[in-house]
Amino acid sequence: MAFLEVANLEAFYGPIQALHGISFSLEQGGITTILGANGAGKTTTLRSICGMVKTGGEISFDGESIAGKATEAIVRHGVAHVPEGRGTFVRVTTEENLKLGAFSRRDSKAVQQDMERVYGYFPRLKERRNQQAGTLSGGEQQMLAVGRALMLHPRLMLLDEPSFGLAPLIVQELFGILRTINKDEGVSMLLVEQNASLALELADHAYLLETGRVVMSGTADEISADESVRESYLGY
Amino acid sequence: MDLFLQQTLSGLATGAIYACIALSVVMIYQAIDHFNFAQGEMAMFSAFITWQLIDWGANYWVAFFVCIVVSFIGGMAIERIVFAPIHNAPILSHIVVFIALFQIFNATAGFIWEFTIKEFPSPFPDKMPLDIRMIGAHEVGIVGVTLIMLALIYLFFRFTPIGLAMRAAAAAPDSARLVGINVGWMLALGWGLAAAIGAVAGMMIAPIVFLEPNMMLGILLYGFAGAVVGGLTSPLGAVLGGFLMGVLENLAGTYIIGSELKLTFALVVIVTILIFKPSGLLGRVVVQRV
Ligand SMILES: Nc1ncnc2c1ncn2[C@@H]1O[C@H](COP(=O)(O)OP(=O)(O)OP(=O)(O)O)[C@@H](O)[C@H]1O
Ligand SMILES: [Mg+2]
Repeated sequence: MAFLEVANLEAFYGPIQALHGISFSLEQGGITTILGANGAGKTTTLRSICGMVKTGGEISFDGESIAGKATEAIVRHGVAHVPEGRGTFVRVTTEENLKLGAFSRRDSKAVQQDMERVYGYFPRLKERRNQQAGTLSGGEQQMLAVGRALMLHPRLMLLDEPSFGLAPLIVQELFGILRTINKDEGVSMLLVEQNASLALELADHAYLLETGRVVMSGTADEISADESVRESYLGY
Repeated sequence: MDLFLQQTLSGLATGAIYACIALSVVMIYQAIDHFNFAQGEMAMFSAFITWQLIDWGANYWVAFFVCIVVSFIGGMAIERIVFAPIHNAPILSHIVVFIALFQIFNATAGFIWEFTIKEFPSPFPDKMPLDIRMIGAHEVGIVGVTLIMLALIYLFFRFTPIGLAMRAAAAAPDSARLVGINVGWMLALGWGLAAAIGAVAGMMIAPIVFLEPNMMLGILLYGFAGAVVGGLTSPLGAVLGGFLMGVLENLAGTYIIGSELKLTFALVVIVTILIFKPSGLLGRVVVQRV
């Protein structure tokens, strides 16, 4: 069984059904990207995995069923979510945001090291460690969201448009960091990205969503080579 | 001048009472964004528990701490049993439950302990040292207890992971869940803390106004006023606001309006502050980029 296995996943917002039975899987240490137009259900897929929407179907993580579990319980399995909209704790400082990211951990020494590591990745955050996080710039808050997820010392990261609002140079840097984390620490990643070419470069597998259904899947190379994908998502 | 000093000091003493209540009001407000109208009645009920324990022969301090623990657990239980199920219900449902709680505590206390007033012991000495007459020992004691509670709360929220998690859960519940915080239990913890603080307030107030089920009526209004003046998001503001209300009430009562209009005075202050400075003296205006 794969590391993350999603089968016939349905998701509902009240009477509205946003996902109509999607299935996909993610190998341990792999990076899978989910592509799709606005409203296709990418965010909903990530939110379903961490129990933030009402779902049907089966989700298993590391051999254990997590469907229907409380969000905080799923997080404690080592699933870190960088949410759409960043999810900053605006009233507390940058550093307190990072501390909150490690809330469920008890290994305080390692937490301290991870904090330094995050500051190493994002020196901007270190400069602004004592600043109220709500006053950080959009891009800085995006870095903070990634940093906070890393503080969980996750085994799986769910990344919802991590490049959102970042300058192109910073995006390159961020994706470099994600690659390092994936390679060096074996953190698996499920990546949702508007920038499809960037996502396909980083990922090894890709799924294409259309109105809540998987319409195409394959290795990142196969998907990149597909004629219709190139036209609709890559623009060449 | 003597009169002024006298009135200011005794205003500080009553202010300490308001400050205690304001503190517990703010604790709940921070967690759930609502006033708990039943806060005063919960404090009264806690004081009755202590009175009962002492009546059964318990030592004052044993009763004091048992009451705090019982109130803490009781506060958590109220949140878990009564409020957790209606968490997403409209604000009106919450208000109805607050009023119901108010009635339940008031009536239950009256049923068990009757509406006759009871004397409640003070843990502080009868007389001030050095023959000071301006202010009583119990009043000084209340001021001290209030400041100690404030310091403890500050340290708790500022320096402990649980305190930080409680702030996070109140401000951004979804994000809090995403870092593994159990938001429901944080709310319950907030209720427990507020109930415990309220219990201390009740035990400090009871020796002054005498213990009876309606003892908190006027005080709660001033406690609310103190919380509003100080800013509903700031424990320090609540305490300052409470002291300020006590002093203002006394001075206004002495020099301007006379004692008949004192309660109206609290309402006037609440309304004025809400109109001109809704965030209060120390309330945080959240700086937020959109
Ligand atoms: N809270 C909600 N209530 C009702 N419908 C919702 C809600 N959130 C999302 N939807 C609907 O579910 C569908 C999928 O939304 P989702 O946010 O998953 O899209 P997405 O693929 O992430 O889009 P985008 O690229 O714009 O972020 C959309 O049709 C959307 O309108
Ligand atoms: Mg989205």
